[in-house]
Amino acid sequence: MMNRFLSGALRTVQPSPSPNRGQRSPLVVTLDRRSAPRTIFSGDRLIDIDLPAGTRAVYPRQPLEPLKDVDAAIRYALSHPYGSDPLHAKLRPGMKVVIAVDDISLPLPPMRAPDVRERVLTIVLELLADHGVEDVEIIIATSLHRRMTGAEVRHMVGAKIFDAYWPKRLYNHDAEDPKGMKEVGTTDHGEVVELNRKAVESDLLIYVNLNLVPMDGGHKSVTVGLCGYKSLRFHHEPHTMRRCHSYMDPKASELSTRVNRMGRVTNKALNVFTIETTINNRMFDRPLEFLHKNEDDLSGNEQSALKGLKFTLDALPQGARQAIFDRVPSPYGVTGVFAGETEAVHAHTLARCDEQYVVPVDGQADILIAGVPYISPYNVHSFLNPLLVQVMAQGYLFNCYRNAPLVKKGGTMIITHPCSDRFDQEHHAPYVEFFHNLLPETRDAVELHKKYEAKFASNPAYLQMYRSGHAYHPAHPFFMWYWGEAGRQWLGKTIVVGADNAYVPKVLGWETARSMNEALEMAKGNTPSPDITLLHMPPILMADVSGAPPVLPAPSGSNGAHTNGHGVEA
Amino acid sequence: MPAQFSWHLTLTVDTGVSSDDEPDAVAASYFDVDGTLVRTNLLHPTLFYLVNQQTPLRSLGKLARVALRGPRIALAELQDRRLFNELLFSAYEGISEDRLLLLADEAFDTVIKRALYANAKDLVTRSRELGHDVILVSGALDFLMERLVKHLGATGFIANRLEIANGVATGKLLRPVVAGPEKAKLIRDHARAHGHDLDDCFAYSDSYSDVPMLSVVGHPAAVNPDYRLAQLASAHGWPVLRMESPS
Repeated sequence: MMNRFLSGALRTVQPSPSPNRGQRSPLVVTLDRRSAPRTIFSGDRLIDIDLPAGTRAVYPRQPLEPLKDVDAAIRYALSHPYGSDPLHAKLRPGMKVVIAVDDISLPLPPMRAPDVRERVLTIVLELLADHGVEDVEIIIATSLHRRMTGAEVRHMVGAKIFDAYWPKRLYNHDAEDPKGMKEVGTTDHGEVVELNRKAVESDLLIYVNLNLVPMDGGHKSVTVGLCGYKSLRFHHEPHTMRRCHSYMDPKASELSTRVNRMGRVTNKALNVFTIETTINNRMFDRPLEFLHKNEDDLSGNEQSALKGLKFTLDALPQGARQAIFDRVPSPYGVTGVFAGETEAVHAHTLARCDEQYVVPVDGQADILIAGVPYISPYNVHSFLNPLLVQVMAQGYLFNCYRNAPLVKKGGTMIITHPCSDRFDQEHHAPYVEFFHNLLPETRDAVELHKKYEAKFASNPAYLQMYRSGHAYHPAHPFFMWYWGEAGRQWLGKTIVVGADNAYVPKVLGWETARSMNEALEMAKGNTPSPDITLLHMPPILMADVSGAPPVLPAPSGSNGAHTNGHGVEA
Repeated sequence: MPAQFSWHLTLTVDTGVSSDDEPDAVAASYFDVDGTLVRTNLLHPTLFYLVNQQTPLRSLGKLARVALRGPRIALAELQDRRLFNELLFSAYEGISEDRLLLLADEAFDTVIKRALYANAKDLVTRSRELGHDVILVSGALDFLMERLVKHLGATGFIANRLEIANGVATGKLLRPVVAGPEKAKLIRDHARAHGHDLDDCFAYSDSYSDVPMLSVVGHPAAVNPDYRLAQLASAHGWPVLRMESPS
């Protein structure tokens, strides 16, 4: 059944000015009394919400035009790299080559075959064979993510490569293999870089990236994708996360600063050739592509399709809803292929990401509304559990900005999601104990980090599940909590609408409301006419917020902070 | 009782000594063995001993006796693990202590070592690296567990012991019989004696019959669990480990 949280108001669409560009943008609309209800995600359902006149809705850009000939673009990039010799010039017969590949956490949802990684790998492997390079291994750069299954790897790399290489020469990274990791060096801040031994001992490490958002790629690919807990703990910790404004804006992200520092140590020691690819934001194919659009611009057919989709999703049990979304890969188009030296390549990647995602927005809101969808980078083919709902809300959705957050300091974030108390017993096994045993003790990220993380991360049972099953590493639920730290520090309160229980929001430190109307009343506080902004995603967008002072992190170590392996102590 | 059967044994065996000279560890990890660390069960080493008697005729006789008791043993396995152990180990009646020990290395190499799950040693090693006491808690016989402890680098075991009279096994087990709920009590006793906080301890098993043992520790884990244990683990959010078959 269709959910409507507020009724009676009529709305109209008014393109709002985009002062930083001096032109009117259809991507930011101000609702009035004649505007249609907005349709947003609430887990794996779509709900309609009526919002007060004056509410500002921010929409993603339309998908960029994809490259017409992706294979040609790949070949061109390999032979015309940035800041590096062409790939063929780096090859010699008999050399040991490791190719590392981004894992299934990107893109979301998974890409319709052929995945661009398959295309890149196919061409690179041909090139290696042509130059007499036979000692080739392909490592899925999972870091502390769960191991990908054979079926997932096959989808990603294609049947031909899978059949030729899996599992002896195509396999998942194992960050807990005692013999499989090797230290590369230490930064001048004392951060230890430890990476996959095969990669470290190779003559050439080729990284094949799929860059979904600006926080992906660059030095993060090798330095995070192939590292282990020993290195991750230097930046996946609460103090670093608090200094990210935002994760999606590398120049204002302490996380990015630290990873780049460690990445430079890596690239000094290893012969790295980076290949990055960008995709557009065409997440939804027919019959879902109208989800990209402003509700007031929907045609009659699209309105009927939307109603039909909502009716169907409401009528189906959860498993069937998830199956529908799982089985519909996204028709992303490839918009760029760049190769060569890591930083030079990544600058081009970021520019293309900005072109797709950045939406100018004037000023901050008192209240930010966002629908939390069914998927995150960490629950491909499984359920979005409560900790991941938190990651999506206070982590990713909150952080989809640059310059300044969409919501004012101390403002309110209203999200829509059922927040069901449900976990995938295999993928998210350590999350269960973290959520039910540790979070009720404390939500203080620093206390969790100092008191519990190291012991939890060494739990032999969970480590065994990570190594031989398909579970996330036991440190991962901690990282997921830290991921929401910047949002928690910034927001005054978070209110969830549509929760099917009170327990989960309470553990997360959130308030609950039965309707959007009630949530807005709760959020108003002492502000009689609050500024309200709806972040209308997915698809992904990045708000470039002007008219507010930028929030920049203090440079690393500038305030006497020191790094000691347990994070920065300011 | 022969002292050599009690190597590294805990207070649950009446040696009167604790073999560990190390200071008490912070925590302990208690491992069921059959189905958890090795693919085999109690029947396999028993059959090895029965097949390897002094003469083929003697082997045949012993095997026939076990076969006759087969239905009772099978029924006992479903109803009462302790009775199952007692019925199964009665097959050892009349085997000399010398022969038991003479064949122990071969039995271990042939039956147990080959059946070790691929990740078993890693799991034990990781537990040891955390400073845990690693105790094998098994219905199997002590002289075989002694060898498994050495092979895995564990620290001790709690295992069944045959009663020996005049150098010959009587076919009875000494008390306490290590099976089912008794394992939980033995673990509690061990932890208390070694100063382990049970909330910090781990336990691993594949069988629903070991739920009592799993329930007394703070960190229970199911390993290749049977259906009922898998259901229970799912309900309680216990980790479920998949051990890989030996190659």
